Amino acid sequence: MFDLTGMTALVTGASGGIGSAIARGLAAQGARLALSGSNVDKLNSFATELGGDHVALPCNLSDGAAVDALVPQAVEALGGKLDILVNNAGVTRDNLAMRMKDEEWSDVISVNLEAAFRLARAAAKPMMKARFGRIISITSIVGVTGNPGQANYAASKAGLIGMSKALAQELASRGITVNCVAPGFIRSAMTDALNDAQKDAINVKIPAGKLGEGEDIGAAVVYLASREAGYVTGQTLHVNGGMAMI
Amino acid sequence: MSETADRVKKIVVEHLGVEAEKVTEDASFIDDLGADSLDIVELVMAFEEEFGVEIPDDAAEKIGTVKDAIDYIESKQ
Repeated sequence: MFDLTGMTALVTGASGGIGSAIARGLAAQGARLALSGSNVDKLNSFATELGGDHVALPCNLSDGAAVDALVPQAVEALGGKLDILVNNAGVTRDNLAMRMKDEEWSDVISVNLEAAFRLARAAAKPMMKARFGRIISITSIVGVTGNPGQANYAASKAGLIGMSKALAQELASRGITVNCVAPGFIRSAMTDALNDAQKDAINVKIPAGKLGEGEDIGAAVVYLASREAGYVTGQTLHVNGGMAMI
Repeated sequence: MSETADRVKKIVVEHLGVEAEKVTEDASFIDDLGADSLDIVELVMAFEEEFGVEIPDDAAEKIGTVKDAIDYIESKQ
């Protein structure tokens, strides 16, 4: 089950906490990866650590021309085909809406939503030809529930869900599925820095009683990327320990 | 029939899975050959690749029949 041997994937934000777990998950199932990220050193060391014949493709997702070039670069580096696109890269510029600057809004929408659309549009081309494709965007629980201080981030993540539903309808007849994975609280460098009282306050809200791990998200992505998930499209898979049941 | 016309018809037959006899020059992709809007996008992509021409969106919108496609491509060669 969920064997990805012979398949190729482009993962953005691949050197981050969740991104690297997604990359590990896909690679473990046999996929060959193009790893994209903005931190060149981090990306290269992750590619080396992962081993295999994966390739690192640094890209600044706030640069439109670089975004448009990324899918063609990945297709070339991966031997002429792209089966899976994982839009994982995301940024935050948290601020109360009343204080939020125009740039804080537009920077987040540009990287989290617009770049994801441009990459999906470009990836759909080879996928349509191949009559097979998997486009998976990492959204967030806050895209559905909202979160104070994150009007921009929540909008970008809700936008990914709507975009994926539209794309799913357009591309379903070509064997391409388009889905989202919505993490809840996942353990990361950021959550490690919280003190025990803060962690307890979070855990109370999570029926599972603990934070999720990057691997939990990686496993959800592997499933949606697999041939077995071919009849699942336009969906958002929530991975949040029961924190929100929607 | 020109060589371009032959190649265009071959792509249409392959892509839409219709019988070659139905692909006349007057045939409308949507009304006669059962294409949907996504098929048109794919056909335009296939023409661009086959003939090495770029078909911008405003030109693609005007391509309704097989003849429209042949004429546009020949005008760019």
